[in-house]
Amino acid sequence: MTRRQHRLLLLAAALGGLALSAWLILSAFKKNLVFFYTPTQVLAGEAPRNRSFRLGGMVERDSLKREADGITVSFVVTDTARSLPVHYRGILPDLFREGKGVVAQGKLGADQRFVADEVLAKHDENYMPPDAAYALKQGRQTAKVDK
Amino acid sequence: MIPELGNFALMLALSLALVQGSLPLIGAWRGNARWIALARPSAAGHFVFILFAFASLVAAFVGNDFSVAYVASNSNSMLPLYYRVAAVWGGHEGSLLLWVTILASWMGAVALFSRQLPPAMTARVLGVMAWISAGFLLFMLFTSNPFDRLLPAARDGRDLNPLLQDFGMIVHPPLLYMGYVGFSVAFAFAIAALLGGQLDAAWARWSRPWTLVAWAFLTLGIFMGSFWAYYELGWGGWWFWDAVENASFMPWLVGTALIHSLIVTEKRGSFKNWTVLLAIVAFSLSLLGTFLVRSGVLTSVHAFATDPRRGLFILAFLALVIGGSLLLYAWRAPSVGLGGRFALFSRESLLMLNNVLLLTATATILLGTLYPLFLDALDLGKISVGAPYFESVFTPLLLPVLLLMAAAPFVEWKQAAFRDVAWRVSRIAQASLLFGLTAWLGWKFSPTVAGGLMLAVWILLGTALHLLQRLSARGHGVSAGRQAARQPLSYWGMLAAHAGVAVFVIGVALVKGGEVSEDASLRVGDSYVSNGWRYSFTDLRKVDGPNYVAARATFEVRGADGSVLMLQPEKRYYTVQQMPMTEAAIDRGLTRDIYLSLGEPGADGAWLVRIQNKPFMAWIWAGCLMIAAGGLLAASDRRYRLARHAASPEQAPAAAVAVS
Repeated sequence: MTRRQHRLLLLAAALGGLALSAWLILSAFKKNLVFFYTPTQVLAGEAPRNRSFRLGGMVERDSLKREADGITVSFVVTDTARSLPVHYRGILPDLFREGKGVVAQGKLGADQRFVADEVLAKHDENYMPPDAAYALKQGRQTAKVDK
Repeated sequence: MIPELGNFALMLALSLALVQGSLPLIGAWRGNARWIALARPSAAGHFVFILFAFASLVAAFVGNDFSVAYVASNSNSMLPLYYRVAAVWGGHEGSLLLWVTILASWMGAVALFSRQLPPAMTARVLGVMAWISAGFLLFMLFTSNPFDRLLPAARDGRDLNPLLQDFGMIVHPPLLYMGYVGFSVAFAFAIAALLGGQLDAAWARWSRPWTLVAWAFLTLGIFMGSFWAYYELGWGGWWFWDAVENASFMPWLVGTALIHSLIVTEKRGSFKNWTVLLAIVAFSLSLLGTFLVRSGVLTSVHAFATDPRRGLFILAFLALVIGGSLLLYAWRAPSVGLGGRFALFSRESLLMLNNVLLLTATATILLGTLYPLFLDALDLGKISVGAPYFESVFTPLLLPVLLLMAAAPFVEWKQAAFRDVAWRVSRIAQASLLFGLTAWLGWKFSPTVAGGLMLAVWILLGTALHLLQRLSARGHGVSAGRQAARQPLSYWGMLAAHAGVAVFVIGVALVKGGEVSEDASLRVGDSYVSNGWRYSFTDLRKVDGPNYVAARATFEVRGADGSVLMLQPEKRYYTVQQMPMTEAAIDRGLTRDIYLSLGEPGADGAWLVRIQNKPFMAWIWAGCLMIAAGGLLAASDRRYRLARHAASPEQAPAAAVAVS
């Protein structure tokens, strides 16, 4: 093999490796993107089934219930227009409060039950995660349109 | 009065920086020795004024001067003194001041320790750093001045965020900034070399110790942040792949690539262009990290809408620094030349592979960190990229890095015989393979954990074997101790850092594979058994802190091995900010951490408790510390202090065969 052929071969191998890793990375990226939905969007059927997504809004007042085992909780997330019950097993974050913003990540079950495996209440001055604030804004706008 | 003096000192420092950024650079260009000589004294003056400004802000915090807006929003008269000092860097404005203060200190250090450098080179390096400082000072004075007054003055401050009231807040930001800002020295050396056209082995030798020190500090800073998150956030996680952490991890990865490519440039004169580019990228990512974390971009992209000047300034500054230096690079780099040639199988090409892998890893993290921000800014939708993405992409990229780490030191520079290297490492390869199989089939670890342990053993054995060969290759009549003392510190630094990575990998593999976490609802008097340990809730009482009230639970923990521990997790409520906080109780050990945290109380007096057993957690921290120690060891190598001979080629044979 001449030196030139040798080099071309190397270059091809390097490019091939690069293309392969780029493909692997991008497919992992696509697979793991988590989209964000408001309760209104979820109830309109826009959210995916069998895929994790984030739900954001405000925890409805007096909706927090803890079951007999002391570990499973349920609460209702609302964007002021529509609301959706959320089920979660475990300890809620320190900043979780009724009437405050929340973002929950999980999957939508067959019976429209949202089962969260992660509940976030960000440490923010106004106790409002930006995503939750966004959901409330969208919700209020939908509510206005409905009227 | 003091805040006004501080403000004035900032302005004076800015004007000095403008002088330092212009005259010495022009002097170096035109060969005017008097203008060149201005660089050092103006760097010293700049340092003094910045230090004065910093001290003024500290004084405002210590003296509870709530007529200063920044103090009023980040401190409180009830806050203990050491947190009042740490609160100086608790917000955006003060962090910028800390950044500039550390930059001024690095500049002072360069001015002090650069006597052996050609004066024109020093002038260029200090001139470039002065421009960076000027940019930050302009940003502070026009958009984020920490000395702005609040009229009328607040009666008391809004308090420091309770999450930040911790020892970690005192040391983590300064360490991290030492690292971020330290890369500005490597950057300035790179730009100075491009400007002056001097890019050779001597340049790499000047640049290396600075880069190593910055990198070691960045390692310590990231370690401290992770260590802090582990105990303070209260839920036992130590790395979340969130944007703030990624922002510090990216410059670390590029910095790691940089310290390796600097080796090639110093030893072989190759990779010059590449090294310069890495220095530019490392510092650009440090700048990006600083702004991402501290300017509010991450809480919301739209936070900029409240003060569009800030966002505009940051974008312009980033564009100027990154774009300008890349433009200069494109213009000057082609004239640099390629340096020594090397064969396909040589240490150079393996280090090149290391660089490619580290940069690919950086690119994947950059994609996952910036893409959601980008979409949000353009109103194209809200998405998030979680830990699963980073883990599934980062791990396969890291595997070849770990494999190379043990083998590459055995490969000769320039051209190596593959068969020779394979023969040398074949025994340790067999031993680590055997170990991996035993861990998998014998000790019933999962394949991933066994694989991680196998790689760690591979690195440890490789490092040990390399040391052994180095020590036995001594001349007649030289004792092993003598031979060990002869090895340069940079060699020991490499061994320590590589072994540190192995220790870190052991910790990560065992924690990820073996941690047990359970939530239980318990009343006083209840017991719970988890993973063979018995946790008894014996007591609950109210405790008053200086600026919080807390519920303190007492647990008696009986281990499977008969040991008895007492752990007291707390739930605190900070009165000024009306914020609850979980204060976990951790018993640390060499082979396991026991981690208890209190959730919320139920209606019937039961508390939710999270009980965690984390095997080999301490190894993660030990590994990080070893890596940082390796960087510092290598930076203190004797040959960087040989001032007079710095520009002459290697004399000592011991140094010529040095690995790192």
